[in-house]
Amino acid sequence: MNLPKDANSVGIVAPTVARFEEPLTLACGRDLPSYEIIYETYGRLNAERSNAVLVCHALSGHHHAAGYHSLEDKRPGWWNECIGPGKPIDTDRFFIVSLNNLGGCHGSTGPKSINPDTGQAWGPDFPPLRARDWVNSQARLADYLGIECWAAVVGGSLGGMQAMRWALEYPQRIKHCIVIAAAMKLSAQNLAFNEVARQAILSDPSFAEGYYDREGSPPTAGLSLARMVGHITYLSDNAMANKFGRDLRSGSFDQGTEENVEFQVQSYLRYQGSQFSNSFDANTYILMTRALDYFDLAREYDNDAVAAFKHAECSFLVISFSTDWRFSPERSREIVDALIAADRPVTYAEIEADEGHDAFLLPIPRYLDVFRAYMRRVGTAS
Amino acid sequence: MRLDLTHIQRWIAPGSRVLDLGCGDGEFLEILREQRQVRGTGIEIGEREITSAVARGLNIVEQNLDEGLANFPDQSFDTVVMAHAIQAVHYPDRVLDEMLRIGREGIITFPNFGHWRCRFYLSTKGRMPVSRFMPYNWYDTPNIHFCTVNDFEALCEEKKIRILARDVVGHTEGKPMLASAWPNLFATTAIYHITH
Repeated sequence: MNLPKDANSVGIVAPTVARFEEPLTLACGRDLPSYEIIYETYGRLNAERSNAVLVCHALSGHHHAAGYHSLEDKRPGWWNECIGPGKPIDTDRFFIVSLNNLGGCHGSTGPKSINPDTGQAWGPDFPPLRARDWVNSQARLADYLGIECWAAVVGGSLGGMQAMRWALEYPQRIKHCIVIAAAMKLSAQNLAFNEVARQAILSDPSFAEGYYDREGSPPTAGLSLARMVGHITYLSDNAMANKFGRDLRSGSFDQGTEENVEFQVQSYLRYQGSQFSNSFDANTYILMTRALDYFDLAREYDNDAVAAFKHAECSFLVISFSTDWRFSPERSREIVDALIAADRPVTYAEIEADEGHDAFLLPIPRYLDVFRAYMRRVGTAS
Repeated sequence: MRLDLTHIQRWIAPGSRVLDLGCGDGEFLEILREQRQVRGTGIEIGEREITSAVARGLNIVEQNLDEGLANFPDQSFDTVVMAHAIQAVHYPDRVLDEMLRIGREGIITFPNFGHWRCRFYLSTKGRMPVSRFMPYNWYDTPNIHFCTVNDFEALCEEKKIRILARDVVGHTEGKPMLASAWPNLFATTAIYHITH
């Protein structure tokens, strides 16, 4: 079924929940006794089960990557530009699995879920997670779906980090690793931004050390502020200048008026913050930013990225965007250089785009062209 | 396929590793993959060329040759090829060094600026030659470092680079008798197989 407003859409989709009763041992040392993962699929799994593509989401993402949940749905899934019939991840060819990661707040087990030991929501007591925990839980989901080997594991930003971790942890279960606007580890600047975001949440009196659901209402002001800071880092200076400039939403610069002006960018950021804070869980945000901070591809390989990538057996596509200053092209080139030195097949494109880090979500023609061109080899025998 | 590319194929061992500097749309790497089962990597900066080459299923790295090749380890390829690109880079001599650092052998092709037509054009018209092979004006050409057969061989000698073989493409189809005998004057394209 296609919605008239989007001819190349996968149409109406519905999520499924998979329940896992076997405990999952986490990187922190604790066991998650049982858990649920919510996911969506698009396209059909072929008889050989060789056309499955795993989509890993970024910091604030979730399982709803493409299509619409209802005819009234105003916005499609977060990666609708890249997933659908004839799109780079072509649903006419691939069976796409998109999940909400553990620790998330969109239906997979996370801080909002009930801790079976206490009968109450986990809240801040949910075990800390790392990218490898997500990858391990995604491998369980693959088992559950009968997928022995992914034709590709794909992700942007934090999703790209999971894709790389897949290549190292399950080399036999991944044929292509597609890493978009990512990095092998965060820079000090990245860590700093995440800390500001967390402090915004922690310093909101409503946060109540994470027990806000028990104590009252969620820390929407803090979460909103965290999102506003994050959002600035996802856009480029130029993108903001083009979108808002110094346009005013209210007030005027006329002399003789005392009224404060409000710039368009102010109201935009506040709107983004408020939308986000009403749909996202603060504990999840803290958990996800910490997982991002922790990630360091080569840490356990003597900090040698070349040695790390020698464990991979798949081919890689790496894409970066010229104005992305959160995960700049330099970070992607580090990945590419390590892959070259490790003698792994790699394709790299640096896309000229004004949109900053957010570009990986947007329909930038050259980005989609290269992505689509690469996907042609995915799922074929060679 | 371009004539210079058919010539250099036979210097590439089946199953070897080939790095193609300025690989364009990947036509040559694809032929090498199909006919010689090489494991190839291409370097290119043209956006459309990259997309075409990627669509052929090739591994292409977007990288500007003028910013160096330091990210490629020593002796990590059997052969490094640069077909019709050396005249377009900022530092042809450094690229030449890099080719033989990264590869055991190098293969280079370039348009011979010493060809009699170039000389004739320049001497009679007094203007920079424009032809089917070099269709650009002096101000908009990507070819900023033209050289002749003799120039190239002098550079190789200076750098102690061994020329394993030289081949030429003449102005006419078939065996280029004149170009083989007097390459600096009659070769339109010069083709070199080099090593240290």
